Amino acid sequence: MWVVPTIPPALYLMLSGILFTIGVIGALTRRNAIVVFMCIELMLNAVNLTFITLSRFLQSVDGVIFAFFVMAVAAAEAAVGLAIFVMLYRSRETINVDEVNLLKW
Amino acid sequence: MLEYVWLIPLFPFIGFLINGLLGKRLGKGVVSVVGPSAIGLSFLTSILIFFELIQRPPGERLFEKVLFDWVVSGSFQTVIGYQIDPLSILMALVVTGVSFFIHIYSVGYMHDDPGYTRYFTYLNLFVFMMLNLVLANNFLLMFVGWEGVGLCSYLLIGFWYEKDSASNAGKKAFVVNRVGDFGFILGMFLLFTSLGQHGIWTLDFTEVFANVGKLDTATATAIALLLFVGACGKSAQIPLYVWLPDAMEGPTPVSSLIHAATMVTAGVYMVARCSILYNMAPIAMAVVAIVGCATAIFTASIGFCQYDIKKILAYSTISQLGYMFLAVGVGAYAAGIFHLMTHAFFKGLLFLGAGSVMHALSGELDIRKMGALRKKIPITFVTFFIATLAIAGIPGLSGFFSKDEILWMAFSSQRGHFLLWLVAAVAAGMTAFYMFRALFMAFFGESRVDHHVAHHIHESPKIMTIPLMVLAFLSIVGGYVGVPHVLGGANHIHEFLAPVVGNGPPVKAHASFSLIQEAWAAGAGGEHSATLELLLMAVSVVIALIGIGIAYFLYLKNPALPKMLAQRWRGLYQLVSNKYYVDELYQVLFVNSLKNLGRGLWKGFDDLVIDGTVNGIAYLIGWLSGVMRKVQTGLVQNYAFSIVLGGLILVIYYIIRGFF
Repeated sequence: MWVVPTIPPALYLMLSGILFTIGVIGALTRRNAIVVFMCIELMLNAVNLTFITLSRFLQSVDGVIFAFFVMAVAAAEAAVGLAIFVMLYRSRETINVDEVNLLKW
Repeated sequence: MLEYVWLIPLFPFIGFLINGLLGKRLGKGVVSVVGPSAIGLSFLTSILIFFELIQRPPGERLFEKVLFDWVVSGSFQTVIGYQIDPLSILMALVVTGVSFFIHIYSVGYMHDDPGYTRYFTYLNLFVFMMLNLVLANNFLLMFVGWEGVGLCSYLLIGFWYEKDSASNAGKKAFVVNRVGDFGFILGMFLLFTSLGQHGIWTLDFTEVFANVGKLDTATATAIALLLFVGACGKSAQIPLYVWLPDAMEGPTPVSSLIHAATMVTAGVYMVARCSILYNMAPIAMAVVAIVGCATAIFTASIGFCQYDIKKILAYSTISQLGYMFLAVGVGAYAAGIFHLMTHAFFKGLLFLGAGSVMHALSGELDIRKMGALRKKIPITFVTFFIATLAIAGIPGLSGFFSKDEILWMAFSSQRGHFLLWLVAAVAAGMTAFYMFRALFMAFFGESRVDHHVAHHIHESPKIMTIPLMVLAFLSIVGGYVGVPHVLGGANHIHEFLAPVVGNGPPVKAHASFSLIQEAWAAGAGGEHSATLELLLMAVSVVIALIGIGIAYFLYLKNPALPKMLAQRWRGLYQLVSNKYYVDELYQVLFVNSLKNLGRGLWKGFDDLVIDGTVNGIAYLIGWLSGVMRKVQTGLVQNYAFSIVLGGLILVIYYIIRGFF
């Protein structure tokens, strides 16, 4: 009988934390808007992982449902966000977030 | 008929509405009918009511007609109501009668004026307000009339508002009156609250005067003095007389009606109305008498050096008002009202005569540019002459009876004094002098009229001369209602007014058999005081004749002499002809200092403190915003960083809290 070793939930949560941190750092430091965007997706996925882990751990489906919500929102966000980047590139010929700074005093 | 007392003020009000709202559309013809006939109807009503009133026995000559509640607030209640008693009906008769003739005169005088409709609108409104003043049965309604006539006076002084001097004179009259009105209001408040402390919350005349005895002397004095401040403003007494000479900027019939015959006498009427209150306050009475006496002689002296015929009449009016206050101040209320009535006739006539002269001379006012008008405008001359004789106190005319009675009262009343009599008698001589000076310079001597004016001098139309003749008639016979007992008269007016103002003042010991006082009671008079009264009468006639004589000597016999005298006493002449610099003094003392105060508050307080605070806060916020907005870099990652930072802080907070 093939025994699947039990991975404790804490490891999942640690993985999730690591992924989230990578996402945050990426979102704050990268200049390319698409990379920033991907980092945000990474953060969302890290959160999804937390939801699933805790859902399993608590024997409740609430977390799974939330994970589905987050995925739906992320998909919609990707569609809108990429459309914005296309329009941005057409008007400014760049998607470097440092150069897109008109929203200020 | 007494029930219909409200018709008296109603007619002028309807006239006011018709002229004011529809006058422009109806045209001049209708206005000339509506204006005078509104007053005529109310004059007629007054006459009918008067005759009904005198049929009642003297003790029952009081009738109040309450129309409706006006102010009802807790224990305080005031009505719109009119009161008929000898005093108010006499005033109503004088007001409506004189107004009626002046309205008719105005139809001729104002005929070519573009503001014809406006003029009659104001004039009708004035009569309405004046009738409210004299017929009101409570202080508050009286005050409405009091303010209303002030408003109309302002509107009519500034009638030719495009003239700078006229609109300034209107403003001056209004502001000076305001000072007096303030006193009047305070007096009313004080009366109301101090009677309220005795449980009587009312301003109704009958109730107030029935209970005024409950007040102590100090309160009564304060109330009487405050009310007298109001009277000083309205009736142009020292120190508030300065507006009246300037008020001559208005049309001449207005000067005649408002600033000689009716409105300016409101103060005298008010004091007589409050006679019970004033009798309780000897100090206030003394103040009234002294102010009146001082005004009489002071302004008479200003009249010496004026050349503007209307200004002379204005100062004369102030001086005569001083006489009336002297009379009421010594307790001779009936004498004051008597003089008020005769003065309304002859002074109204003098002003109308001056208007007629102006009409003939294309608006000339300066008596130095008149002369020898006697032959050219005979009706004006004769009527003006009669009025001048009346005001000078020549025996047989109305002014003689009323003025002499005041003089006699000033001497014989217990509240009177020899000095009051002396000053008043001298002022009477001065009155005779300056009035005859004006008469001689305008109507006698050589013509000094400008050439281009001289050839079309003409007598005024009938519509103007008939009122002159009527008033001249009244100036002659008006005095015979008050012929003193010592001359064999019955002095009806005293008897008539006695239920309202009392039987006149108590007399001094040496005159204790004064006929005016005792003849009713004892049926006979003492020899001593009768001789004294006749003697004083003769003295005042002689003084008047001396005044006329001097005027004759200076202005007819030796026309060059006045100039020499003026040269000789240059300083004195300058002082008097500049009206003792009172206007300039007020300018420095009150006008400028108030202006400076206003400017100081404007620059110092408003601009610096108020605006400074408001603008300062705005600047501070602006500056802070300038600092704060630097946070908005426009870089999305900076915003994201602050979100992360906030999240981190929250996490750290919860971790730390978990330890404790």
